[in-house]
Amino acid sequence: MMLDKTIAAIVISAIAFVIVYFLTPILIKTLEKRKLVVKDYNRVGGAMVPRPGGPSILAGIVASEIVLYALYSSAAILAIILTTFLAFLVGLADDRKVLGGWFKPLALAGSAIPIILLGMYAPGVYESHLAFPLFGHVRIPELYIALIIFMIPITGNTINSIDVLNGVASGFMTIASFALTISLLIIHNYDIAIASLPLGFVSLAFYRYHKFPSRIFPGDSGALTLGAMYGTIAIVGHVEIIAAIALLPAVINSFLFLSSVKRIIEHRQLKSNPVEHTEDLKLKATTHKDAPVTLVRLIVANRPMTEKEVGFTIFKLALFSAALAIITAFMMGVHI
Amino acid sequence: MKAPIYVYVFIMWMMIISGGGLLFTIIAPLEIHGSGRYDEILDSTVKAGIAILLVILWVFIVSKIKNWIFHKQIQN
Repeated sequence: MMLDKTIAAIVISAIAFVIVYFLTPILIKTLEKRKLVVKDYNRVGGAMVPRPGGPSILAGIVASEIVLYALYSSAAILAIILTTFLAFLVGLADDRKVLGGWFKPLALAGSAIPIILLGMYAPGVYESHLAFPLFGHVRIPELYIALIIFMIPITGNTINSIDVLNGVASGFMTIASFALTISLLIIHNYDIAIASLPLGFVSLAFYRYHKFPSRIFPGDSGALTLGAMYGTIAIVGHVEIIAAIALLPAVINSFLFLSSVKRIIEHRQLKSNPVEHTEDLKLKATTHKDAPVTLVRLIVANRPMTEKEVGFTIFKLALFSAALAIITAFMMGVHI
Repeated sequence: MKAPIYVYVFIMWMMIISGGGLLFTIIAPLEIHGSGRYDEILDSTVKAGIAILLVILWVFIVSKIKNWIFHKQIQN
C-alpha cells in the first residue's frame, strides 16, 4: 500500500512538472503572437514580458490531480481541483479586465463553496476544528465555515501581493508548498501530502521561466491559482496554522501594505510606488510619505539592491518561515 | 534591515503559538449556564466574541511591534 502511494506520488509529481515545463514555452509564444505582453519596469530598456502564465500552471495542477483522483477517488482531491479551477477563472477575469479592489476577495470567497458543499456530503473533506501545536484541537463547527470562506481569498491575495518581482511568487510558493508537504508527512496525513506535491512541482517548473530575467509573468490567474490551491490543501489537510506560518513573509507583506494604505486596493491604484530605481536600475526605498510600506521597501531600506538580490532575500525569509512551519508540525505531536 | 524582518517573523510565530495556548487554557474551558435551552448558542457566541476580540488585539499588538521594529524606515 505504501509502495503504491509512493509510486502515485512520483507519477503525479512528474506529470505536474513535465506539463508546466513543456507547456509554458508554447504559452509564451502564443501570448507573444497575440501581443498579450506587459512592460517589466525593473528591466533595462523595459522589456515586454508575456502574461498570464496561469493556463499552464492550471493545466499542470488539474492533470496531475485528475490522475490522483482516478487512483484514489477522494472528495478532498475533488475540492482541490474545483476550488483551484474557480480561483483561476477569477484571476483570468482580472487579467483580461481591470476589476475593482473588492472583486477578487469576494469572488475568491465564492471559489471556496465547493469545499463546503463537498464537506456536507463527504465527511472528512474538512474537520470543524483547528489544530494548535502543544495544546491540541478546538472544535468550532459554525466558525469553521467562516474560516473556509476567508481562507481562500487570504491565501490567494497573499500570493498575488508578493508577485511584484521576477520569480518571487513561484519561488516563494515552491518553498512554502514543499514545507507544507513535509509538515503533512510529519503529522502522518499521507493522502493530502501526496495531493499537495503537484503544487510544489508546478511552482518549481514555472520558476524556470519566471525567474530573473522573467520570460513570462504568472498574472492574477497564475498567482490566485497557486494561492487558492495552497489554502485548500491547508483546509483539507487540517494544517491551517502550519500553512499560515509557512506563508508568514507574504502575510507580513500584505499586513504592512494594508496597515499603511488602510483599505483594500490594487497595486496599480497606488499614487506612489514603495520603491524607486537608481540610475543603474537597482531598487531603492522611496522617500514619498504617502507610499505604502511593503516587504520589498523594508528589504531595500538600507541600501539599493538588484531585483535578483531582493528575490533571494525573500527566498531566505521563506526558508526561515518554512523551518518554523516544520518545527510547528513536530510540535503538533506534543501535548502539554 | 534584514535582521529585524527575521525577528518580526519569529515574534509573529511565537504569538500564533501563544494565542492558541490562550484559547485552549482560558477560553475553551469557559462554561456559560442559566439560559436553559439557549445555553449552547450563548456559550458559542460568547467564545466566538472573545476570539474575535483577541484577533483584533493580536492585530493591534502586531501593528505596534511593526512600528517599533521598523520605526526608522516607516518614518522615512
